[in-house]
Amino acid sequence: MESPAEIIPHSGGVIGVSWLMIALPLIGAAVLLLGGRRTDRWGHLLGVAMSLASFVVAVASFMELLGLDPEQRRRAYELYQFIPGVADMGILIDPLSISFALLITGVGSLIHIYSIGYMSHDPDRRRFFAYLNLFVAAMLLLVLSDNYVGLFIGWEGVGLASYLLIGFWQFKPSAAVAAKKAFIVNRVGDFGLLIAIFTVWTTFGSVAFGEVFGKAGEASQNTLTAIGLLLLLGACGKSAQLPLQSWLLDAMEGPTPVSALIHAATMVTAGVYLVVRSGAFFEAAPTAQLVVTIVGVATLLAGAIIGCAKDDIKKGLAGSTMSQIGYMMLGAGLGPVGYTFAIAHLITHGFFKANMFLGAGSVMHGMNDEVDMRKYGGLFPVMRITAITFIIGYLAIIGFPLLSGYFTKDGIIETAIEHNAILGWLAVVGAGITGFYMSRMVFMTFFGKRRWADDAHPHESPAVMTVPLIILSIGSIFLGGFLVLDNRFMQFLAPAVGRPEELPVFHFVSPAGLATLALVAVGAVFAWFRYGAAEVPRVAPRGSFLTTFARRDLYGDALNEALFMRPGQWLTRIAVFFDNRGIDGLVNGLAAAIGGTSGRLRRVQTGYVRSYALSILFGAAVVVGALLYVGNM
Amino acid sequence: MTTHYLVLSALLFAIGAIGVLTRRNAIVVFMCVELMLNACNLAFVTFARQHGNLDGQLIAFFVMVVAAAEVVIGLAIIVMIFRTRRSASVDDASLLKY
Amino acid sequence: MGETITFWVLAVVSVAGALGLVFSRKAVYSALMLGVVMLSLAVLYAVQDAPFLAAVQIIVYTGAVMMLFLFVLMLVGVDSADSLVETIKGQRFWAAVAGLGFAALLALGIGNVTLSPAAGLGNAVKQAGGNVPSLAQLVFTRHVFAFEVTSALLITAALGAMVLAHRERVRPKATQRDLARARFSGPQPSPLPGPGTYALHNAIDMPALLPDGTLSPKSINRVLARHDEEAGVTPTDPRKAAIVKQLLAKDVLVEDGSGGGGDEEARDDDAVHDTAREGAHDVVKDNVVRDDVTDMDVQDDAVRDDVARSGDVEEAAHREDVK
Repeated sequence: MESPAEIIPHSGGVIGVSWLMIALPLIGAAVLLLGGRRTDRWGHLLGVAMSLASFVVAVASFMELLGLDPEQRRRAYELYQFIPGVADMGILIDPLSISFALLITGVGSLIHIYSIGYMSHDPDRRRFFAYLNLFVAAMLLLVLSDNYVGLFIGWEGVGLASYLLIGFWQFKPSAAVAAKKAFIVNRVGDFGLLIAIFTVWTTFGSVAFGEVFGKAGEASQNTLTAIGLLLLLGACGKSAQLPLQSWLLDAMEGPTPVSALIHAATMVTAGVYLVVRSGAFFEAAPTAQLVVTIVGVATLLAGAIIGCAKDDIKKGLAGSTMSQIGYMMLGAGLGPVGYTFAIAHLITHGFFKANMFLGAGSVMHGMNDEVDMRKYGGLFPVMRITAITFIIGYLAIIGFPLLSGYFTKDGIIETAIEHNAILGWLAVVGAGITGFYMSRMVFMTFFGKRRWADDAHPHESPAVMTVPLIILSIGSIFLGGFLVLDNRFMQFLAPAVGRPEELPVFHFVSPAGLATLALVAVGAVFAWFRYGAAEVPRVAPRGSFLTTFARRDLYGDALNEALFMRPGQWLTRIAVFFDNRGIDGLVNGLAAAIGGTSGRLRRVQTGYVRSYALSILFGAAVVVGALLYVGNM
Repeated sequence: MTTHYLVLSALLFAIGAIGVLTRRNAIVVFMCVELMLNACNLAFVTFARQHGNLDGQLIAFFVMVVAAAEVVIGLAIIVMIFRTRRSASVDDASLLKY
Repeated sequence: MGETITFWVLAVVSVAGALGLVFSRKAVYSALMLGVVMLSLAVLYAVQDAPFLAAVQIIVYTGAVMMLFLFVLMLVGVDSADSLVETIKGQRFWAAVAGLGFAALLALGIGNVTLSPAAGLGNAVKQAGGNVPSLAQLVFTRHVFAFEVTSALLITAALGAMVLAHRERVRPKATQRDLARARFSGPQPSPLPGPGTYALHNAIDMPALLPDGTLSPKSINRVLARHDEEAGVTPTDPRKAAIVKQLLAKDVLVEDGSGGGGDEEARDDDAVHDTAREGAHDVVKDNVVRDDVTDMDVQDDAVRDDVARSGDVEEAAHREDVK
């Protein structure tokens, strides 16, 4: 295996000003947030402009990078001294980060444009665009930073943006609660990442990627495993992997473009980026790598099962997102070949999932913000563009041959089977379930009988919303094949993540691929009989034990409540009790004792001057007595 | 002989003190205070004689001057209190309390 | 020997005087007792080679200070007697314990010391030639600063007394016109009937006769009536006896109501400033003068008494306020 290329200091060119990618959306956010109502009229245009400008810089940087010799494609430069002696703020442009930057700015810009239409009736649209810009800036900082500290700042920045956007409609209690939940669950992961960074710093004396990955071999196995597991904890929090998955489904309370951009295409994949970026640590710590793959498989199954039972179209998609990130995580635990497929899948997923989320948003836009699929049905004729683009996304995600998902997901599964047969075949099962629940979603939404609410008048969305859908669906069709065939993406990424000794060859016909296809087909047909051909009740039936299990998010919330919330509450109550009775009791008791004593003592102050004079005389007598006593001694 | 004077002084002082403590008419109380001052003066004069220098007498003299000033002010206060409260009893002026 | 006799006599006198000061019910007696003590002490000073102090004691204390005491006593209520009931629980007992204990401790301390025979002041005064020159030398040399400070103290005291005793006049001084108006708007425009109209008597304790021949209760001097009552003298005239009895019974009632013993008259002293009362005062004075009563004391009493009577209503209201 060939290790990644050296990071080369860079100056000049477009890459030299690639920090503008971060700065432009940040300026947009600052102007919109500080400008207040004055910017209401043109705020959304500024937001889109900044995002597009960022995309242009990203494309230009990408072009310049392509113009370089492959071994020279890791360029870094310092922006300014950040924490003296610990970290300088620097930008790292390499194939990995530029891939992310393109995805973030590209899909981000499309979603910005889409939001102009989607949020057109919202009085707070300007604030929405400010947050979106803030998110783009933070996410770019996360992926472009050349050290862990900068990455962490971006990491927290996207967490903040996610919190603000989930709770964007903060007048809805459910949204406020969901935002808080996302924030708190993310804190758990963030602490893992933070401790991991501390450990890296103490172990290697640096947090810069170039320096620490070079020294990865010097540390002990245990330290590396610890760093790997802590990084994984951080990744789990951000990417909604087991056991920190519970926030993602609730995060669908945010506006749909947010779900598409942050909770499907970009932010939730930050965990995958983290694991791939820290590949040097994971490759040196097989235990951590194994845990990564196990977490990935567990999550891909859990997400798929949850997706099967949700009637809320966005929550169904969220379960699917969990599941797909599980695939990426699985790939990220499989070494350089896995990395390539993981990132490739991440990019194609960014396209087709954003496509489907925006499609769902378009459906909701036409259906008075109804999200219950049991109240959809037969929408295909009334919103054809939305339906066709959605179905393209659907075919891509279930791995329909020659579409994007087919190449990238198959790649992950094949690599996994080579690595560990059990995990690989579990991933195949997951693909089958994906076939079922995605088909269910499509059939319930676009086919079958119309189960609309009485006042629903579904209609096609305006062009500002459908054009991004069309662009994304084109990406959903071709991107996978373009990236995977000829190992194009692997060759491109090699300087950043390393190159395997023998390049994999993509087999259009392979046992695993056929099995996957078969299972997907079974799932789809099963879904057709259940939801396409048969009557779908408008109110969800009680369902079996398994259905309830899935509807309740596999009892994840219940588990969290039982394991953490309740004991935490007990602890709080004990602390409160101790504080009230123990500490306050002591303090208040002391105060009460002093108060009571003085309340009695003050009765001595009768106001009668004669009483006072008596005490003076007594005092004088005592003094005289004392003098006599002392004098006689 | 001087011992006798001192004992007499102590006795007068104690009687004066008892008067201050038991009488309620402010003027009488004041008189008792004067009695105590006089008892002190007696002691001073006696000590002057005992030690053979005039300092004791001098102090007694100053005590008298101060006592005169004190009487003037004290009685003025009593008169003023009497004007407003219609009472010369020291127990009546007992508002400054708990 | 002479000194010993003087001491013992004066010691007994002064201790008795001091005890009298403490234990006499009436403030005037206390004041007189204090005078006795001070005079005794003056003599004792003189005996102890302090002639100057003895003189000052007599002049300043017995003369000025005691005078002041008596003056204020008269102002505040000459015949106000302390109630014998002790209001503060245990005060007397503990006062006695503390006082006697203090005296005992001092006596013990003094008795414990063995004093050498007194040095005497012979040597001390020899140089300046006498007690007064010696004291003067000390005062104007070594203690001159204290002496000057004393002068400041005295001036301050004088000013303080003036400030404290000063009273702002809150309404214009009543003119004769005002007084006349007050008199005619009051309940009694005419002068009060004069006393002593029995043919056989020309005394102030004699009641006046009304035109119909009955006795006028208003003409009875209450102070004199009460003095008689206390002395056990009852008027021989049954009609007068009945009226006096009635009057005294009313007095007792008033006293009980106010709870202030003989303070009542005393309180009125102060009220003389009041315009309406001033009118009454004048009326009464007229009355008394016309009847050729010249005894100043009695006149004073009568004035006070009548003022009290005419101002009863106001007085009661005022008392309510004070309470």
